[in-house]
Amino acid sequence: MAKIKRIFIANRGEIAVRIIRTCRELGIETVLGVSEANRDTLGAQLATRVVCLGPAAATQSYLKVGTVIEAAMGTGCDAIHPGYGFLSENKDLAEACAETDLIFIGPSPDNLTAVGDKLTARTHDEKAGVPLTPGGSVDTEAEALKLAEAVGFPLLIKAVSGGGGRGMKRVNSAAELPAQLNLAISEAAAAFGDGRVYLERFVTVGRHVEVQILSDGETVLHTGERDCSVQRRYQKVVEEAPAPGLPDTLRQGLLDAAVTYARHISYRSLGTVEFLVDVERQEFYFLEMNARIQVEHPVTEAITGLDLIALQIAIAEGKPLGMRQNDITLHGHAIECRLNAEDIQSDFMPSPGRIKQAWFPSLTGVRVDTHMQPGAMISPFYDSMIAKLITWGPTRADAIARMQAVLNLHTLDGVTTNAPLHSAIMADETFQQGGVDTTYLTGVLPRLTEDKT
Amino acid sequence: MSGLTRSDIDDILKLIDSSDFDELKLEMGELKLELRRRGSSPAPAPSAPEAPAPKAAEPVAVAAPVLVSGGGSEVPAPLLGTFYHAPKPGDPPFVKVGDTVTKDTVIGIIEVMKLMNSVTAGADGVVTEILAPNGELVEHGQALIRIQPA
Repeated sequence: MAKIKRIFIANRGEIAVRIIRTCRELGIETVLGVSEANRDTLGAQLATRVVCLGPAAATQSYLKVGTVIEAAMGTGCDAIHPGYGFLSENKDLAEACAETDLIFIGPSPDNLTAVGDKLTARTHDEKAGVPLTPGGSVDTEAEALKLAEAVGFPLLIKAVSGGGGRGMKRVNSAAELPAQLNLAISEAAAAFGDGRVYLERFVTVGRHVEVQILSDGETVLHTGERDCSVQRRYQKVVEEAPAPGLPDTLRQGLLDAAVTYARHISYRSLGTVEFLVDVERQEFYFLEMNARIQVEHPVTEAITGLDLIALQIAIAEGKPLGMRQNDITLHGHAIECRLNAEDIQSDFMPSPGRIKQAWFPSLTGVRVDTHMQPGAMISPFYDSMIAKLITWGPTRADAIARMQAVLNLHTLDGVTTNAPLHSAIMADETFQQGGVDTTYLTGVLPRLTEDKT
Repeated sequence: MSGLTRSDIDDILKLIDSSDFDELKLEMGELKLELRRRGSSPAPAPSAPEAPAPKAAEPVAVAAPVLVSGGGSEVPAPLLGTFYHAPKPGDPPFVKVGDTVTKDTVIGIIEVMKLMNSVTAGADGVVTEILAPNGELVEHGQALIRIQPA
């Protein structure tokens, strides 16, 4: 067991500030690696020391493994916290840490390989006995028709070599299948030089529910689930915990499956197992595992009272978790709104600029994770998230009411933010009822944005 | 991006001259301008392409008088890493105070993960100061040495 004394933070923005906060509580020194564009940020002002990694472009600063390692060693750090994004799930960084006696605050290189790409992750998932989206590979029409019977319609034909939405065909009935299959095979062969395809159930009404995992390598615990179904173009916009209106058997199934999966790959650190909940069939399927702290971790902290960053550091030090599943109890409801510098009236165009005033009132049950302050520059080099508003309440309605209050009261002058979108969501009846699916936001966007014009 | 003309810079210099500030850092996108007043010297007439020709003969001697023109320029680290003054331990340093350098003269190496990157002076001149210590971490943009432009 190694007590960590000085942590190199290889990240920026609000998560750098968030990590510094816990380090201060634990009496750990921090060295923040910044790009030229981030020298004057709040994180840089709060860290014990700052070093400049390189130019503003992330590929020349935050994403350079060798530079990060060199900077961490040169400043006498004993550990690296990668935050989220950037190098957070980079196996090269984890391996380089191991070679240089730096502690990587995250899982082992082997764990990262296990969850690294979707196919490997799915193989582990199958072996662990955790449900996957029903489907399988097919070569002939007869095979396809037989499998389709088990999978059900609608289904997707996917190219094995496709990805990112390319090489997919939706099939609504058995009658359509033969023609679509032949088309898919010849298209896949032409587009990817690989005619192999597989069938997969198409989930028409799905919710994105994920389970937070804590593991010291021996004990694997969950800290409940989060619902992240309010998304736009696969980007999460609002998250909450617990998932509203999820039947108990389904919830327990998810939690158990996540723990089983983490245990199966001998996961050690903090991580998140993501699932797609098929609302019509009341089933759930494994999507992927994220081997890092997540943006939306504060909603879990709000309902459990845990400091997930502190636990992540403790696990990295080799400390046992020192608790059991029964020690983790959930209280009330928490919601997070991601405030982005973007203009919802202009197709969510990013709105970089300088913040003139930043003020978030300290209301009961409100937490704000941000690096904004008067004078802060929102540069065009990085993502547009500038603050996370997190509210807690004894009930979901209370948490929503508090979110509405902080959305109304806060000030962020100088840039355009998506706060009006969040206000509209919080005031929307469908959202207030709870349990919306992943198509919800796209469906209501026209209505939510037209009110303002 | 670089919307600054020579006359803009002259105007900025005049503004500083008439102010109490000794230093100005200006960043506009890609462009970065750093101006520093040395001592109480007046008129920092920008030393530009006018006086290159017969310098090489009298390197060390020039250093002192040229100071009046207000400038010493610092050679920044092009990347983060460990800075070494010499090719290997025990070797004489690439440059020392008083050496004349051209823009292609190697002034040191920066090691990143066992990869050696040589650093060149980037400008013609005379070395007036070695700023970054040998064998220590330098961050991106940190001043390594100071040279008096020729």
